[in-house]
Amino acid sequence: MENKKLEVLRLLEENGRMDVSTIAKMVDEKEKKVQSMIDELEEENIIVSYAAVVDWSKVNEREGVTAMIDVKVTPQRGVGFDEVAERIYRFPEVKALYLVSGAYDLSVVIDGNTMSEIANFVSEKLSALDSVISTTTHFRLKTYKHDGVVFGDEDDDDKRIVVAP
Amino acid sequence: MTISSFRQTDRLSKSVQNIKPSGIRRFFDMASTMENVISLGVGEPDFVTPWNVREASIASMERGYTSYTSNAGVFELREEIARYLDDRFSTPYDPEKEIIVTVGASEAIDITMRATINPGEEVVIIEPGFVAYAPIVSLAGGVPVSIGTKKENGFKLTKEELEAAITPNTKAVMLCFPNNPTGAVMTKDELLPIAEVIQKHNLLVISDEIYAELSYDNEHYSFPRLPNMRDRTILISGFSKAFAMTGWRLGFVCAPSDISSAMLKIHQYTMMCASSLAQYGALEALQNGREEVERMVTSYRQRRNFIVKAFSEIGMSCHVPGGAFYAFPSIEKTGMDSEKFAEELLKEEQVAVVPGNVFGEGGDGHIRCSYATSMDSLQTAIERMGRFLEKHS
Repeated sequence: MENKKLEVLRLLEENGRMDVSTIAKMVDEKEKKVQSMIDELEEENIIVSYAAVVDWSKVNEREGVTAMIDVKVTPQRGVGFDEVAERIYRFPEVKALYLVSGAYDLSVVIDGNTMSEIANFVSEKLSALDSVISTTTHFRLKTYKHDGVVFGDEDDDDKRIVVAP
Repeated sequence: MTISSFRQTDRLSKSVQNIKPSGIRRFFDMASTMENVISLGVGEPDFVTPWNVREASIASMERGYTSYTSNAGVFELREEIARYLDDRFSTPYDPEKEIIVTVGASEAIDITMRATINPGEEVVIIEPGFVAYAPIVSLAGGVPVSIGTKKENGFKLTKEELEAAITPNTKAVMLCFPNNPTGAVMTKDELLPIAEVIQKHNLLVISDEIYAELSYDNEHYSFPRLPNMRDRTILISGFSKAFAMTGWRLGFVCAPSDISSAMLKIHQYTMMCASSLAQYGALEALQNGREEVERMVTSYRQRRNFIVKAFSEIGMSCHVPGGAFYAFPSIEKTGMDSEKFAEELLKEEQVAVVPGNVFGEGGDGHIRCSYATSMDSLQTAIERMGRFLEKHS
C-alpha cells in the first residue's frame, strides 16, 4: 500500500470521524485524492466499519455482562477450524472470535444481559457443537483499556505551562 | 557595611542588571490569568514521556540508583549517546572523553560559553532564535552579535550575512537548526558555504541540534559532519524534544576532548552531575525508544502540514517550517506589530501565541505558533484566528 494511503488509514483508525479536509491537510494531499483513497479502503473491506468506543459502565440503563470463553475444538479434515468458527460467530451475541495458539483453540467474546444468559449460551449452544471438546468461561469484571483507549476517568489534563520558550 | 547601606544597584552584578527580562514571561503572566485559553505558546511536546522511560526511571529508584553518578554522566548512557549519534546522524564521539551529560541543553549552552569565551569576545547569534542564547553569552562575559535571518530566505543563514557579522573579535557562531521559533532547517549544501566562512575566520561553532529528530522533509544534517568542522564544533542536544522529556532536564554536549574537559571542570563544580533518575530514564529512551519517537514525529509532521495549510486558508502567509514544532506566520498584513497582535488575539479570542519580536532581530511581524497541541485545539485555534484576522484586515 502506498505510504499516504497507509497514513490515511492510521489516522482513521485513531479517529474514525476525522473529516476529509482535515486528513487532506495533514497528509499534504488533495481532498479528492484522499476521498478516493478512503473509498478504496472501504471497497477493499480494509476499513470494515466505523464505530464509537463506548464505556458502557457509565450507562446506568445497561446492565450487561461480557465473557471471554476459551474453547477447545477438534479441527475437521479439509476445513480445519474455519467451519466450527463460522458456526460460532454466526450467533449474534458473539462480539469477537479469534483463533489462538496455546492451550486452547478459539477465544470467544460474548455479550449478554445476565450471567445466566451467558451460561445458557455456553451450555446450550456452544458446548452442544460436535467439535467442541471443552470450554472455560471468564466473566469480565472491569475494563481498564479497550482498543487502545484507556477507560475510566484518567487524568489527561495538559500539565504544561501556558507559554514557554 | 550593612546590607541596607548598599545602593540598590550595587547589590546586583552589572552583568545580570544588563540582562533584559524575557518577553515571553509577560505573555505567560497574561495568559495564565485567563479562562478558556487555547495555547499555541508552549515550547514543548504535548506528549507525556513514553511509559517505558518513566517506568525505567521508577525502577532505578526502586533498585537504589540514587547516588551521584560520574561527573560526565553514567558511562553506559554516554556509550548509548555515542551509538545513537553515530547511527542516527553519522557523528561519532568518544563516550569517554568527548561527551558530557548535562542538566538540559541549557546547561550545555552555558558551560560551552563559559569554557570558550573570554571577556569581550563576540559570539554571533542567529535570530529569530531561542531567547536564552544572548543572555548566556553575556553572562559568560561575551558579546552577543545578532544576525537577523530573512523570511525571503526561509529564515536560513546565508554566507553573506555571516561574513558581515564577523569582526576581529568574533570567537564563535551559535547555530540552531531546526530552529526555534522559525522551524527553519539547513541542508548540507546550504551549510557548506557557512562552514567555509567559519574555516576562513578560524571560528568555533556551537551547534544546538535539540530539534534534530523533528525534521520532516529531509534527514537532519548534523553540523560536525561537514568537512573540517568536527574539530571546531561543540554539538549540543538532549532528550527534551525528541523523547518528550522536558521536565527531566537532561541534555548532552559533545566536543573535542580539550574543550569538553574544560567544560567538565565547570560542570563538576556547579552541577556535579545530572540527576541519576533522569539518566536512567534516558538510557531506556535510547535503548527502546525509537518507535515512540517515530510515532511522535509522524504526528508532528501531520500537524505541521495541517497548520500551514489552514493558515493559508485564513489568509496568513507562512513558510513551510522544515523542522521543530513551530509555525512562524507573518502578520504584516494586519498592520499590527507582533506584540500588539498577540495581545489582542489573546484578549479577543483567547488564543495564546508568542510575539515574534521576543526572539530577536527579524522576528517582529511574525508570531510563533506551536503546533504541539491536540488537533481539536488546533482546529479551534484556527477558527478563532480566522475570525480575528477577518476583523483586523
